[in-house]
Amino acid sequence: MAAAPYHRPETLEAALALLQDGAAPPIILAGGTDLYPAQAAAEAWMCPAPARRVLDISALSGLDGIEDRGEHHRIGARVTWAALRDATHLPAAFDGLRAAARQVGGAQVQNRATVLGNLCNASPAADGVPPLLALGAEVELASAARGTRRLPLAAFILGNRRTALAPDELALAVLVPRHGPGARGGFLKLGARSHLVISIAMVAGVIEVAAGRVAAARLAAGACSAVAQRLLAAEAAIVGRAADPPALAAAILPRHLGPLSPIDDVRATAAYRREAALVLLRRLVAGLAAPDRARVAA
Amino acid sequence: MNALPPALMALRVNGATMRVAAGPMTRLSTVLRDHCGLTGTKVGCEAGDCGACTVLVDGAQACACLVPLGQAAGAAVLTVEGLAADPLGAALQRAFLAHGAAQCGICTPGMLMAAMELLSRTVAPDEAAAQAALGGVLCRCTGYRKIIEAVLDAHRFLDAALPDAPNAGAAVGARMVRADGAAKVAGTARYGDDAAPLDALHLRVVRSPHAHARFTLGDFAPLLAAHPGLARVLTAADVPGRNGFGIYPDIKDQPVFAEGVARYRGDAVCALVGDAATLAAIRAGELPIAWEVLPALDVAAALADGAPAVQARWADNVLTTGRVVRGTPDFTAAAHVAEGQWRTGFVEHAYIEPEAGWARRVRPEGGGIGGSDRIEVHCSTQAPAMDREEVAGVLGLPVEAVRIVPTACGGGFGGKLDAGIQPVLAVAAWVTGRPVRAALPRIESMASSTKRHPASITARAGCDASGRLTGFEFDGTFDTGAYASWGPTVAGRVPVHAMGPYRVPAVRTRARAVFSHNPPSGAFRGFGVPQAAIAQEALCDRLADAVGMDRLEFRLLNALRPGDTTATGQVLEHSVGLVECLEALRPRWHALRAEAAAANARGGALRHGVGIACMWYGIGNTGMSNPSTMRITLDRDGRLTFLNGAVDIGQGSTTVLLQIAADALGLPVRDFALVLGDTDLTEDAGKTSASRQTFVSGRAAQAAGAALRAAILRRANAGETARLRLDGARLHVDDAVLDLAALEAPLEGVGRFDPPTVPLDAEGQGIPYATYGFAAQLAALAVDTELGTVALRRIVAAHDVGRAINPTLVEGQIHGGIAQGIGLALMEEYLPGRTENLHDYLIPTVGDVPPIECILVEASEPLGPYGAKGIGEPALVPTAPAILSAIRDATGAEVRQVPALPHRVLEAVRAARQ
Repeated sequence: MAAAPYHRPETLEAALALLQDGAAPPIILAGGTDLYPAQAAAEAWMCPAPARRVLDISALSGLDGIEDRGEHHRIGARVTWAALRDATHLPAAFDGLRAAARQVGGAQVQNRATVLGNLCNASPAADGVPPLLALGAEVELASAARGTRRLPLAAFILGNRRTALAPDELALAVLVPRHGPGARGGFLKLGARSHLVISIAMVAGVIEVAAGRVAAARLAAGACSAVAQRLLAAEAAIVGRAADPPALAAAILPRHLGPLSPIDDVRATAAYRREAALVLLRRLVAGLAAPDRARVAA
Repeated sequence: MNALPPALMALRVNGATMRVAAGPMTRLSTVLRDHCGLTGTKVGCEAGDCGACTVLVDGAQACACLVPLGQAAGAAVLTVEGLAADPLGAALQRAFLAHGAAQCGICTPGMLMAAMELLSRTVAPDEAAAQAALGGVLCRCTGYRKIIEAVLDAHRFLDAALPDAPNAGAAVGARMVRADGAAKVAGTARYGDDAAPLDALHLRVVRSPHAHARFTLGDFAPLLAAHPGLARVLTAADVPGRNGFGIYPDIKDQPVFAEGVARYRGDAVCALVGDAATLAAIRAGELPIAWEVLPALDVAAALADGAPAVQARWADNVLTTGRVVRGTPDFTAAAHVAEGQWRTGFVEHAYIEPEAGWARRVRPEGGGIGGSDRIEVHCSTQAPAMDREEVAGVLGLPVEAVRIVPTACGGGFGGKLDAGIQPVLAVAAWVTGRPVRAALPRIESMASSTKRHPASITARAGCDASGRLTGFEFDGTFDTGAYASWGPTVAGRVPVHAMGPYRVPAVRTRARAVFSHNPPSGAFRGFGVPQAAIAQEALCDRLADAVGMDRLEFRLLNALRPGDTTATGQVLEHSVGLVECLEALRPRWHALRAEAAAANARGGALRHGVGIACMWYGIGNTGMSNPSTMRITLDRDGRLTFLNGAVDIGQGSTTVLLQIAADALGLPVRDFALVLGDTDLTEDAGKTSASRQTFVSGRAAQAAGAALRAAILRRANAGETARLRLDGARLHVDDAVLDLAALEAPLEGVGRFDPPTVPLDAEGQGIPYATYGFAAQLAALAVDTELGTVALRRIVAAHDVGRAINPTLVEGQIHGGIAQGIGLALMEEYLPGRTENLHDYLIPTVGDVPPIECILVEASEPLGPYGAKGIGEPALVPTAPAILSAIRDATGAEVRQVPALPHRVLEAVRAARQ
């Protein structure tokens, strides 16, 4: 079998040019941690995918940093989970995202898998999506023909393994808007073992407390629907309330989880997922509002 | 930017520049193994799920299976082979040896590399850092605790050597470093996929994607024509001998290649032989196979009236029924009765080394044609002598024409007791005349290999007002899948053990192995006893509560003691150490219960509890001969060789048998050369199974050592207590010297042992085992009553092992058995087609095994070598029941279906509150 062409350009221009080139767009490779497992699964039952050109973005310059651009932080397409995990200087609003970083696969995967790759892979159980929804993140996309555009994360991920990325586009960065100085993020992941586990359910949130009250809240849940969901009703239920952990937890009600549509699978039942999401969300909110500001950990 | 030309790509590995002719998307694991010859990097899943292939890329740990060569080019790659050059790496390797952190050794390179990343940053890390660093490497043998110890301790070995091997007469009881350890930490141990000849063809088995289907094979000529790299397609018609293999002499029901009907998802239909790239590219749709999917039977459907037979020979779909009947349980007379129903699922062995090996047809030296050729199969196996018989059967050859050469075995746990891929490799090599190799991808391994039998159990127990058990009834249905495999063994062993290690005057137990269109269930550490113990120990807890007795004291009251008669009518005269185990646990029991009570007094969603469970386990085959023969030779040039046919699958038999043989002979272990496993060079030691090698082969090794010693003493005319010292060809016997070079022939000692048993009769009466292991374990844990999650805090394990020949290895077995028990209890559930990989099928990770305290009880077994008996399976049996007992203690929840996944626990917690 002839190997398909492999490209590892060093400039964005070259990469975008490759995406324009030809009817069959190349598959985009960053950390490889989703691509190779999919290949193994397909080959196991003798259904190898047809060979596709590969665009390896791991040598692209200018995409490997977490930059403070003032109004937002820009997380480049080559930023790995390990880099995010170890970025201790990030504000407390990032705590949830960084907690997720510690729980994406094992250290080997964290060292190579990229945050943006996690979004582009668009698994319903992607650990990066709920924390980034809670951070109000946008995704920056670029194409040679149309330049760059930004999409809110919720508009970028369209469904199970489906995104708004056009065939000639490359996702360049995740942009996380600046949050108030009192904003804190949290993330809780539930699985049946302690490492290397696909979530049964997970929740993430960013809460801003000012003058003893919840001034702003963004909450999201993952692995409970085809795409992780913002929970606007739950947010509304706590904004404006006193930052009293038990009271905030109690304010979140089952009906606030309306956007979730969990399924039965090998990991849990749908009914359990819905219940667990509620428990996790209440704990998350209570933890984020706790006056001792202890880190929220699963 | 143009595509990189398909030229040589350069990468730096262990400081050296390597140029390889491989495409840029080639996995780094493939590059290292196939192009650089660095087979120390192991492949366990090709999906980043197991971490066996972990290497350092520019100092950062990575799964080599997920790194494209294009990204590794230009980077500095460090593999296990390069570790020893770094003083810290060498120290880590010594720490692994000293702590017994390597068992089968297949995860060891990955563990070492993951740990190296951490130690390079933090030479003396804490446990949390070690867990985070190792979280991505799965180990199925060790239970991780000794690995963590080794990593935390590695810095101490920067300037510390390994302890010396024990001296003459001091081997038994010593914490000797395992004899096969150095190669495992160096990455030089050769496993099934590590040593095939360069010119070997590759083999790919085509398997049924359907649980039950009729199929017809069309003409393969177009396929062969379309793929020049495809050398041959093998079907049932190509099998020279019997197209069937199996464990029992009269049941060879599993076809090498199915003929017209596939009976489970994973059943072998045909095989492709050719070059690797060709085989990887062939799509199922290209194959001329016409499928007609048929309804698949589960056990319930298979037992229904009028159900079609999975195999025509068993019209009622019942493979075997085992029973034990002693007296008549009268539950109306009992003061308290407990009963219930339990269910367990398929459990996958998940050895980190999938099935692998290679075979070649060997023409005898000096010519000879056809009939005098031999076949040689190099494979990862637990049972070389059985493989030999199966290969001979499918090739239609006498067993003498078959040589099985076991490679290092990267985990077995019962899953490599079946013939596996050995028959198909042998057929391929025989038919093509070329060496042929195969290594199953993880998904194929999981789909095709045997599993632990799912059980559906109904059980009832009664006791009198003082808590003494009066009767026990048990009926278990075990899903044996499409083929017999070890199903009869499970059905035979379960009824003997089902009432637990207790005095019960009236017993009625039955276990049936029932066919279905599921994967064949076979041997898995415990042969059905772990499933039975879940039901039986739950009944003990409930009876203790009903009587108002402490759960430990209830078990102590009923525990078997020397002189007691079992339900099979066997009088246990010696080595019944359960009372000692329970008494040893008692202080920990009270302390842990007090801790749990204190924690619960603080309130909250977490509820703490402590559970207890006991077990007994017969060592060796059930009422059947299972001999072992060991041989030691002393050549005229002074070479002392231990010829040991027992396969070490990581549990440590190579080391334990050496310790025994050395002390029986009276020479130090360092004097011995080892010849292991090869059926041409060693005697049949029997399979590595049934916790039998220490007891059965150990006794044979002791006899072999003693026989050689007697031969020496006779020649030297020395007394029984003479001290031996080997110095080249001069053997010192006390103050005399025996000149070995002057002997007319080498000296040798041969030892054979077959544990005395009496077959069970129709009522299950007899002496099924010569000896039994006993144990009790405590589990302390917390249940999150809002989420149903279970957090283990501690396991305390007291095991009567007769004599701990090597306490480090015994603890290793206990830790590993407990880890598998944790998996059985809390997370493992194989569902065909749904959890056939290591990210949907969950086995415990480094963070899932809590601290373990081992208490070794030594109630000496007179038949055993130096009093020893087995530990491999006993370690696993009580863990799951102890965990379920603790969940109940914490919450009142009765979990009757394992694994106790969070949603099942939460449901049980709710039910208990109503």
